[in-house]
Amino acid sequence: MIEGILIGLSAAVTPFNLMMVVMGCVIGTLIGMLPGLGPMSIIAIMIPVAIGIGDPTAALILLSGVYYGAIFGGSTSSILLNAPGVAGTVATSFDGYPMARKGQAGKALTIAAIASFAGGTIGAILLMIFAPALSSVALLFHSAEYFALMVVGLSAIAAFAGTGQVAKALMMTLLGLMLGTVGEGALSNTPRFTFGMMDLQSGFSFITLAMAMFALPEALFLVMNPARAASGSGAESGKITGMRITRAEARSIAPVIGRQSLQGFFIGVLPGAGATIASFLGYAVERNIAKGAEQEEFGKGSIKGLAAPETANNAACTGSFVPLLTLGIPGSGTTAILLGALLALNVTPGPRLMTDTPEVFWAVIISMYLGNLVLLILNLPLIPYIAKILTIPRTFLIPFILFFTLMGSYLGQNNATELLILVGFGVIATILRFADYPLAPLLIGFILGTMLENNFARAMQLYRGFDFILERPMTLGLLVLAMLLVVLPSYRGYRARKRAQGIADGD
Amino acid sequence: MALDRWIALAFIALCCIYGYAAFFTMDGELPPILQRNPVWPSTFPKILTVMGIVVGLIVLFTKKAPADGGAPKDGVIDLTRLGDYHVGQALGLLVLMVAYALTLRPLGFVGSTVCFLVLGAIILGERRFHILIPVAVIAAGSIWYLVQEVLGIFLRPWPGMFM
Repeated sequence: MIEGILIGLSAAVTPFNLMMVVMGCVIGTLIGMLPGLGPMSIIAIMIPVAIGIGDPTAALILLSGVYYGAIFGGSTSSILLNAPGVAGTVATSFDGYPMARKGQAGKALTIAAIASFAGGTIGAILLMIFAPALSSVALLFHSAEYFALMVVGLSAIAAFAGTGQVAKALMMTLLGLMLGTVGEGALSNTPRFTFGMMDLQSGFSFITLAMAMFALPEALFLVMNPARAASGSGAESGKITGMRITRAEARSIAPVIGRQSLQGFFIGVLPGAGATIASFLGYAVERNIAKGAEQEEFGKGSIKGLAAPETANNAACTGSFVPLLTLGIPGSGTTAILLGALLALNVTPGPRLMTDTPEVFWAVIISMYLGNLVLLILNLPLIPYIAKILTIPRTFLIPFILFFTLMGSYLGQNNATELLILVGFGVIATILRFADYPLAPLLIGFILGTMLENNFARAMQLYRGFDFILERPMTLGLLVLAMLLVVLPSYRGYRARKRAQGIADGD
Repeated sequence: MALDRWIALAFIALCCIYGYAAFFTMDGELPPILQRNPVWPSTFPKILTVMGIVVGLIVLFTKKAPADGGAPKDGVIDLTRLGDYHVGQALGLLVLMVAYALTLRPLGFVGSTVCFLVLGAIILGERRFHILIPVAVIAAGSIWYLVQEVLGIFLRPWPGMFM
């Protein structure tokens, strides 16, 4: 391994490659900040540039820098505008945005920067140690286990996003899954639920739905109730002093960062899981193990609630490189695009990558450390300026948020009908928020829906029916866990209601 | 009936329509070879329909948890006082967004974006036109440049008749 690190260092630490790291991080952060442009689209846009470079090491270093930068930039727009452009940073907005509204935008961005740095760096160390071993574990997972794992993820999200309203959260998850079935299915290529409309042939766009669920209702709420804007942002959030974190705060988030770096990395390794599940599960786990008042604070601006998904999504990004580099299987949409770029550069990722072109493998790992360091150095001094976005008067800010929302959805599909769909879903999401329905389960159900159905179908075909549930103990175990995750909080809520009723009757 | 139960009722209605399509219309078009498969394109939607109706009924008929009590949270919209909020402005912006969607192609990106930003700010009460118009023009121009020239995504800047 030492030899590998030395090879990586000599390949990565050349002036040109260092420039690629810095350039990738800067481009990724700046574009990732625009709601609607996630790492996938940015990497896709950068592929011609990377191929133009010619050297696979430099190209991969540039693209991984863009990847990290985009994830970090995405969390900035989640925290400041509640407009996550990337599914992986949706969980960041749960506590990041309430912090910004409380006038702690600077602190929230600092915590996000530090958590991302720690998650990414620890992930890179783990990648170096576990890459060969982990590939064999990931191979043990069949489609039945993937299906069960996704059911666990969805149940956990519904159980924890609902804050005591598990049925409502489940309802939203199911609605998300239903929306995911619109369009051509992978099973038979026949259009489903399109009602003859050509625009629905390829289904709803994830970005449109994400914008409609988060950015649009938030902007409309800001318009309807100006007190909402006044209660948070304004001059105070622009203050530089706001970015300091105290020793006590650092001590409280340190164990969260440690746990989530590990958990996020291992989730990221599983193909199909990736940063999104890692961040939601990270948030859910931390919320569940927090005690009393700290648990109450989740969703209202908890620093632990912000650090957990930020650490987990960065660690998972690193983790998702494991199946790509060691097996040649992309673990997520983004790594799939990276795989395409590598093939175009005449590099075939897989078990032979470490022996045939060790300089590429190790240089990418070393560049991950460098990339994380560059992101931290780049972002910490810029935070006061980024936080200034909140001091813009609302008469200017709101039309711009709406405009970015529209652009994000338009650029993904280049289709004006998408904008009408966005407005329609935005109105529905606003009504759902009026009635206190959690919207995150809907979006995550939509994202996982297609993967869930594909793995379910594959398992059904392999076992000619539902036998896979009984024949694969790991699948059964995961499905029982999913059931417990949903039933236990409901039962606890029922008991609490009964007790409250008993006390009221006693009065 | 509270709004959340109306929504649950609407969701059950949606499940019925979705379920009707899954149970009665989708399987007819299935080629005979695919009918031998243990899983059909309608299998997953059928499961979702059943689960959706069950969960919808649970939300509809479960007793509502007692409210936490205390004053309403700061900045949260209280539906019982909806008239006190700027609902008109929100509706105006929604109409403006629809208008933007419809004019983006005929008017071109720059024209429709400048109109959207200026009209949006006017709806919200902004009257400093000497700042508003230059900001809107610079923003629309620079974003068009970024998207079209740097990122290479085609956006028609001017109305179709000028291009």
